Amino acid sequence: MEVKRREFIRQLCFACGSISLIPACTSEISTWRFLTADEAKLIEAITEQIIPADQDAGATDARVVNFFDRQLIGYYTRHQETYRKGLQNIESSSLKIFHKNFVNLDWDQQTEFLETMETGELPEAEWEGNEQRSFFRMLLDHSMQAFYGSPRHGGNCGYVSYKMLKIDYPHVIGQNRYPSENGNTNLKAS
Amino acid sequence: MKNKHVNAIVIGAGAGGGVVAKELAVSGLSVVLFERGDWVTYDAHNDDELMSQRTHPFENPFGPDNKRHRRVFVGQNGNERIVLPFEYPFNNNAACVGSGTVSYGAMAWRFMEKDFLMKTSYGHVEGSTLEDWPITYQDLEPYYEKAEWEIGVSGDHTGNPFQSVRNMPYPMPPFAYNRDGQILYDAAKRIGLHPFPIPMLRNSVRYNGRPACYRMRTCVGFACPVNAKCGTHNTVIPIALQSGNCELRTNCQVAEVMINEKGLATGIKYFDENDNGHIQTADIVIISCAAVETARLLLNSKSRLFPEGAGNNNDWVGRNLQGHAYTGASGIFEDEIYDDVGPGACWAVGDFNHDNEGIVGGGVLCNSFFTPPYAFTRLRPPGAKQWGLEHKEFQRKNYKRISSVRGPFQEIPNFDARVTVDPEVKDHWGIPVARLSGQRHEYDRIGCQFMSDRAEEILREAGAITTWQAVGGRGLSGDQHQSGTARMGNDPKTSVTDKYGRVHDIDNLFVADGSLHVTNGGFNPVLTIMALGFYIGEYIAKNWNGGSFTSK
Ligand SMILES: Cc1cc2nc3c(=O)[nH]c(=O)nc-3n(C[C@H](O)[C@H](O)[C@H](O)COP(=O)(O)OP(=O)(O)OC[C@H]3O[C@@H](n4cnc5c(N)ncnc54)[C@H](O)[C@@H]3O)c2cc1C
Repeated sequence: MEVKRREFIRQLCFACGSISLIPACTSEISTWRFLTADEAKLIEAITEQIIPADQDAGATDARVVNFFDRQLIGYYTRHQETYRKGLQNIESSSLKIFHKNFVNLDWDQQTEFLETMETGELPEAEWEGNEQRSFFRMLLDHSMQAFYGSPRHGGNCGYVSYKMLKIDYPHVIGQNRYPSENGNTNLKAS
Repeated sequence: MKNKHVNAIVIGAGAGGGVVAKELAVSGLSVVLFERGDWVTYDAHNDDELMSQRTHPFENPFGPDNKRHRRVFVGQNGNERIVLPFEYPFNNNAACVGSGTVSYGAMAWRFMEKDFLMKTSYGHVEGSTLEDWPITYQDLEPYYEKAEWEIGVSGDHTGNPFQSVRNMPYPMPPFAYNRDGQILYDAAKRIGLHPFPIPMLRNSVRYNGRPACYRMRTCVGFACPVNAKCGTHNTVIPIALQSGNCELRTNCQVAEVMINEKGLATGIKYFDENDNGHIQTADIVIISCAAVETARLLLNSKSRLFPEGAGNNNDWVGRNLQGHAYTGASGIFEDEIYDDVGPGACWAVGDFNHDNEGIVGGGVLCNSFFTPPYAFTRLRPPGAKQWGLEHKEFQRKNYKRISSVRGPFQEIPNFDARVTVDPEVKDHWGIPVARLSGQRHEYDRIGCQFMSDRAEEILREAGAITTWQAVGGRGLSGDQHQSGTARMGNDPKTSVTDKYGRVHDIDNLFVADGSLHVTNGGFNPVLTIMALGFYIGEYIAKNWNGGSFTSK
């Protein structure tokens, strides 16, 4: 069985031509594509709140911020302005309430801040031209895409979320139930 | 260069169009099959959840693209906005060779006798256009069989005691249940229901020269890496091309059907992949663009005799847009029930299709396809926290413990749920776009609640410790199961085509896709669309007299 499986992986690699077992996310980033260094730090802090590390990897380990940076000049180019503004709104709200940048707040202060933002209760004056609840929902949704999506989009580095969920990757492992000689699907093989 | 005149043009290489093109080509007619999309493969997208035809935050991997296509969506509050294909209100199916049949879940349902006789069975429903089909289940039975054998279905023909009479078994044996399927199947049995394996357009054994399915977890929303899923792209369309009588023109957007002074279709206008405009003439034109785009194309085909669009002199084109109100329940189990034997959905119960006290129509309930990790972040009991440690704990603890039971409720058609063409907004080629407006009939909510209650009962019996419902049936319908916009009927005043899919008063213009459905059954629609393709294709081929197609 083991031999067969390896053979199959080999064939699959041939079939797909360019399957690379080293996910793109591990290459070091020296400069950001869209984000400024401060924005990147801010997103990292926010997304770590959304998906914190515990016994399993969190957003920072999964390089979730890399997904944001990549997609903001890719599929999410249309959200550039929302991010640029929204991140500023977060900073100014944080300064107003705590007299500190968001990244310098305690963990619990950050949590409380985001919970307040989620329900739209941060001071409205800091949110002119942007809607805090919808920006929160966008950050949340994009974090989930980054953490659980394919590493080819910049996040989920090393398939850490798949490891957490205990689902096999590369996917081929789930395919041990491979058609047997007579062409029938062998369901018992696992 | 001028295009050579052909016998038939088929517009849209999806479920209906692929079948019709093959039927005509093997009967000796010269055919050009037009498709706005291209061939797609597994390799281009593999099993990337963010690139799936079900979950597509970026774009639709199987088309259409965001750059060139758009629609106008009118919300329940009357607000309207332009929507792009990746947005849900666009109500997309797909755009590629094979269309939805490349990436579908591949459930292969026949409708039941009563699905063709909704008015006779249930009488008038206030505020609806509920009606009988002009053809019966018996008329379509031989063509369902053709679809099952030529395209390929795995299933147990004795499984569903409620199904209507069939003449032949399925060509392939059914799939075995996976772990959560078996647990739910046993529970459904215990409460007196009649579960059975879902018939699937997927090879359970080697068939038609293609291998058996190896049951990976990602299937619906993706192409099959080993070509074990059966669509029109790997069955009928290749046969049409091999016949030597069919040319497939991909990346071609058809803009208009030309109708002459005698009220006959003379051909089409289209744009090629370089945006150059062309004309293709033919003796017969068949539209198979799926319900939204078929209506749009008819409405954009204006002529002196049909100033409001082809076949639209009675204002029925684009009306009665239907899909399916998906509804059901989910439950968390104490033990792991997930075994990674994909794609998940494997049994169904037909007990709630017809003959339930007080319910008009009904629908089939199935255990559901596996929910991939990102989509799973939204599968939560009401009120659950969406982020932070609780989020993570939920994902980790429950990813292999949740199962859902869901199904498509047969919608009650209504006249105001409709496709028109927008007076201002145009697509990349300057063609007026589809405008979607109206809402589902209010009855759908009642039917969905009934089905969600039944789904929850099954989950509880199976041992789920926490259960919750997701009740469908609100808003505008359409989407992957879109249908109804070119209703077939015997009375030209209240339908768009006759019972052979021929547009009333235009003898050589046909429709062959989900648009024809008078009602959309309590089942996923594709096998019915394929059966209609065989039925209409055969009718055209039989009545073809080698020249113009004008005889009634
Ligand atoms: C993810 C997914 C899962 C699904 N699962 C199931 C299932 O399990 N069971 C089931 O029964 N159904 C399922 N469906 C639905 C099924 O695919 C559709 O019901 C079916 O494909 C509709 O057939 P049709 O012929 O009406 O239109 P389509 O198959 O959509 O074909 C229309 C074709 O016309 C082309 N076209 C449109 N306009 C133009 C134009 N102007 N010029 C040129 N070409 C044009 C389109 O690009 C498209 O290829 C699923 C669909 C999806 C996307």
